[in-house]
Formats: sequence, structure tokens, C-alpha cells
Amino acid sequence: MKSLAELQAIKDRMKNKVVLREGLGEIRVVVGMATCGIAAGARPVLNTFVEEVNNADLADKVSVTQTGCAGLCQLEPIVEVYEAGKEKVTYIKMTADKAKEVVEKHLKGGKVVTEYTVASAN
Amino acid sequence: MKELSLNILDITENSTKAGATLVEISIEEKNNILTLIIKDNGSGMTPETLSAVRNPFFTTRTTRKVGMGIPLLQFAAEQTGGSLDIESKHISLYPDSHGTTVTAVFYKDHIDFTPLGDVISTVTTLIQGHPEVDFLFKHSGEGLEVLLDTREIREVLEGVPLDTFEVLLWIKDNLAEQYNSI
Repeated sequence: MKSLAELQAIKDRMKNKVVLREGLGEIRVVVGMATCGIAAGARPVLNTFVEEVNNADLADKVSVTQTGCAGLCQLEPIVEVYEAGKEKVTYIKMTADKAKEVVEKHLKGGKVVTEYTVASAN
Repeated sequence: MKELSLNILDITENSTKAGATLVEISIEEKNNILTLIIKDNGSGMTPETLSAVRNPFFTTRTTRKVGMGIPLLQFAAEQTGGSLDIESKHISLYPDSHGTTVTAVFYKDHIDFTPLGDVISTVTTLIQGHPEVDFLFKHSGEGLEVLLDTREIREVLEGVPLDTFEVLLWIKDNLAEQYNSI
């Protein structure tokens, strides 16, 4: 059973890291989680970003957050990537597989996956 | 919505938007009836707002003109022969006991019953998106008794945020083990 003792151990490991996390958020990944996004499949997209960002060891650099409706419901699930000094990238009609690819190529590799962006995928 | 757990995620977002510090999500399955209760201590709704939320053309947001959350849940319940009920106390009238409770009743043997789906994923998604809010999640049924209270988890964590990846994994595994232990 996932016991409270195990949770305690996580706390002990993380307590020291909290300071390091201050610099977090060079890149912000924002997933639309309003009714339209959720109905279109945003939940697995969000969870894939959360998992893959951690698996790729990017957690200190990339934060994954949720937002409401951007008014483009027919293009959901929508994911926006904000990076200081760069133009916002908007990915549309996302899936868990596409999310994996975006983590690998864009967040890790620095190369925007153009075919999934609002400019070309719509 | 393909899964009731997605409706739960969607409706609970209303609670967090209303400034709730505690949201209680309860799923109770008894015989053929599934009762879903989402109760929050958010700002609540005025009687005018309350009478309008069932209308799909009512929404609090400004980016679009429709709000489908409550109508979709109501439809999902009513298409099984069940019902939806909303009680709300607005902060202006009830400064000490404000909040909203949404109760939906489903008949599980109806052909149009939407399966619950991945409830665990809904709970972890809510915590990931709102690490400062407390959630009390209960799911009971025949031989089933699942319980998660983020207030207990928060106490153990002593300031480590609930949306820490390892903590989210622990929550996910803890819930999975509770579901599998029946």
C-alpha cells in the first residue's frame, strides 16, 4: 500500500529541492481545461505533458499548468507554450501522442512542431 | 462527455473558480443507483445565477457565449432516468456558510448510462491544476470504500506542494491500490 510513510519520504527528498524550484518556469505549457477542452480530450493531453516533462528531466525548466477556454472550442485540445523572449506557440487538436512529440522535439529539442500549430494544422 | 469522470472534472472546475478552499467529491453506488455529489465552500451563486445555470446559453466566462458544463451533466443524468439538483448559498447572503452542492443521480442499468471512466485521472488532474485547494474524494459501493483527503496529505508534506510530480504519482498509486484491493 502507498503508505503515509512513503509520502513522508517524498517530502524529505523534496524539501531540499524546493529552493531549486524557484528558478522554475522558463517555459510554460498551458493546457485548456474548460468544458470544450475536457470534452475534446484535454485530460490525457495534460497528464502526458506532466509525465513526459518529468520523465525527460525538464521539471526545473518547464511548468505545466491548466487554463480555461480561449474561445476556439472547435480547435481543442489547445496547448500554448510560452517562452521568455519568444513568440507564443499554439498547438491545436492535440492528443497524448502529439504531446509526447512536442515534449521531445520542442521542449527538449527546441524545435517547434510546426504541423501541429494553429497556423498550419487548421 | 465520454466518461462521467470528465463531467466531474469539468463541474469541479466551477468550484475552484468560485474560490473554494475545499471541494468534496462523493460517488455512492447502491444497487442500481449512482449518486454523485460535488460540494464546495466557494462563493456560491445568487438566486438569479442559480436559476440560469441550467441554461446552456448562460456562462460566467467572457470568451464565448455558451456554458455547457451543468447542462451536459444534467443531460447525462436525465438520459438514464435520473436527475440533477443544485443548491447554492451566495456569500453575500450567507457569509459563514456559502458554497454550492451539485447532486446528480444516475440509473446504472439504463442503456444511456455513461460509464464513470478514469476517476483516478480526474482526481490527479484536479490536484495538479489546483494544488492550493483541498479535495476530499470518496467512492463507495458494494465492497468498495475509496477515500482520499488532501488535507491529510498536505499535513505530511509540510509545505512541499501537492502538484510535485512524485506526490501526484503517490496519489495516483494510492488510489489505484485502493480500487484494486476489493
